Amino acid sequence: MSDDARLGEARPSERESTGKPPARALPAGPAGDAGLRLREAARALATWDFGVVAVTVGFLVVASMTVEHFGTARNAGYIILDLAPILLLALTMTLIVTTGEIDLSVASTVGLTSAAMGVMWNGGMALETIMPVAVLLGAALGAVNGLFVTGFGLPSLAVTIGTLALYRGLAYVLLGDTAVADWPRLFTGWTLGRIGDSAIPNVLVPMAVLAVICGVLLHATPVGRSIYAAGANPIAASYAGIAVGRLKFWLYVASGAMAGLVGVLWTLRYSSARADNAAGLELTVIAVVLLGGVSIFGGKGALPGVLAAVVLLVSVQNALRLAHVSTEALTVVTGSLLIVAVLAPNALGALRTALRRRRTTATGRTA
Amino acid sequence: MKGSKPMNRRRLTLLTTPVLAAAMLAACGGTTQGEDDGGGPAGGASADPNADFETGLTYAMLPKSVNNPYFEASSAGAEAAVNALGGEFEYTGPSDASASSQVSYIDTLSQQATDVLLLSANDPNALCSSLEQARAGGTVVVTFDSDVDPACRDLFVSQVDSAEVGLALLEMAAEQIDATGEIAILSATANATNQNAWIDVMEAELESNTSYADMELVDVVYGDDEDEKSFSETQGLLQAHPDLKAIISPTTVGIAAAARYLSGSEYKGQVALTGLGTPNQMREFVQDGTVTEFALWDPTALGELAAYTGAAAASGIITGAEGEVFTAGDLGEYTVGADGVVTLGPPTRFNADNIDDFDF
Repeated sequence: MSDDARLGEARPSERESTGKPPARALPAGPAGDAGLRLREAARALATWDFGVVAVTVGFLVVASMTVEHFGTARNAGYIILDLAPILLLALTMTLIVTTGEIDLSVASTVGLTSAAMGVMWNGGMALETIMPVAVLLGAALGAVNGLFVTGFGLPSLAVTIGTLALYRGLAYVLLGDTAVADWPRLFTGWTLGRIGDSAIPNVLVPMAVLAVICGVLLHATPVGRSIYAAGANPIAASYAGIAVGRLKFWLYVASGAMAGLVGVLWTLRYSSARADNAAGLELTVIAVVLLGGVSIFGGKGALPGVLAAVVLLVSVQNALRLAHVSTEALTVVTGSLLIVAVLAPNALGALRTALRRRRTTATGRTA
Repeated sequence: MKGSKPMNRRRLTLLTTPVLAAAMLAACGGTTQGEDDGGGPAGGASADPNADFETGLTYAMLPKSVNNPYFEASSAGAEAAVNALGGEFEYTGPSDASASSQVSYIDTLSQQATDVLLLSANDPNALCSSLEQARAGGTVVVTFDSDVDPACRDLFVSQVDSAEVGLALLEMAAEQIDATGEIAILSATANATNQNAWIDVMEAELESNTSYADMELVDVVYGDDEDEKSFSETQGLLQAHPDLKAIISPTTVGIAAAARYLSGSEYKGQVALTGLGTPNQMREFVQDGTVTEFALWDPTALGELAAYTGAAAASGIITGAEGEVFTAGDLGEYTVGADGVVTLGPPTRFNADNIDDFDF
């Protein structure tokens, strides 16, 4: 349905701001060359995700100077631990949202894999076996989403709202209100530990590796270009030879596997397999993806903005807590940030179009 | 379509590599349940029962979630105690009752080097590593209302002892029906730990205590701590047992729903209702005669005792070992029990005479 709605649109302005500086060569006379290049550079800097990165860096600097205990290595470690599950889920969520779909079931998948880990552990399985099985289970749960969305052509919003409830329900079927907590310290210690004597948490390593993989995949491979194409105009993309359905299916599998991995990390970090683990986290994940500049309509977005948005959201919460700000205020601030995230790109886009129109008429050049 | 096949194969490899690597790891033997290496900090300090309470300590109370009237009451009690002790008090916590969100708050408090942490835990184990770090930094951890693994905290202030709750519930019911007739229980969920412990105590007491010989427990139903379900279960109980004399509901949700049903029915004043409830939710039913007397521990006193317990531990008056004694202000003298548990005492009973003295 949404595909049809997008059929006629050329969406040039959206395609242009995929986060990468536009590569097209502009006709320019020798006189206007320098000014134009300057303007081009300014436009690259004015992209949304650059803005998010700048705001994040600015916030970290200001908070380090003004909030007691914020700028310490220990606190940075806590922030990284807190943002790990959000960041990991946001990586694959970015890919899915860029194709114009959504996966609301990620947090429930985390809960279900966590509960399944508890059942397997109680059943006497080795943790070294449980961990890959949990990731595979996540992938299978993602495949179910993928099958419904691509195989049966159902809207992903409806499908994943369904599995959001279904997977969480199954998690409660497996573990009920109980928690499995006797995880070996060797493993739980690793998820909380730091690399050598440094303040860098161990979890930063898999996070960085996966972020680089997803970043390269999205921004430097044919798969990534297919993702943008599928999101911008799926019909055109399939005419161009992209198997849009298969691409989306595998993205759901990847999202599920990522949720399975987060389920493993969550269970070990909190030393507790519970059916309610990560409840409600899907909203935070989608929020940071949108705050990071990914368009909910697909075809537009970049990973650096999303990564910065994750850091921004978690550090703001951390700083407010350290500054003794009440929970109510904290929720209000977080909510406002997200509203800004949704409103600002639109406002910015409108402003940019208006500016461009004025500039074109001023220089007398047609676009 | 042509270009997509090799692309997908590459993606597949990308996806399966980590899984395969992990599976290979798995093949090399495994860590299974029961092999844990255990651990956790052990207290080694000695107590000085004659020491004075230190002033200028910082206290933080971390409830299961904020905006919960029960914990607001505990906070008021703790704050009063902290003011009396000359310390600084902060009440902070997550808005959702999840274990993981409490972890962030514990981390924050341990960075701020809070001297005493008063905690009602959302999970007995998930908070342990954060609590260990806080304790390593010198914070005294006192749990109240809901405990963690005893290895992860210094002391636990328990609201009541489960035997005392069971006995008090039965005693109130017996007083209201002259210890004669059929009684039934409207509980929370079928596997609720606290409620089941109290029900066990009541069943044992009914069998063994001769003064309850004429009372018979005819049914136990579960309202799942949901208002609607508790309401209709009450209705069902009264229809199934026309001779029912009393309902005991050991849960605040259940007793309020049952009272609402009774007050609008022909059974008002005929069938006694008692159990555990808060004065604010039960006030109108006590005033209109539906309910004579019910009980609950006083959360304000619980918070007050938690603060004094934390102060005593931070001042070196107690270490958490069994048998140590300290004075908790107006509440009087308390003795540390096994596993570092301090018990507030028997539940407070509320009736028409005293209900207006309480606000929670």
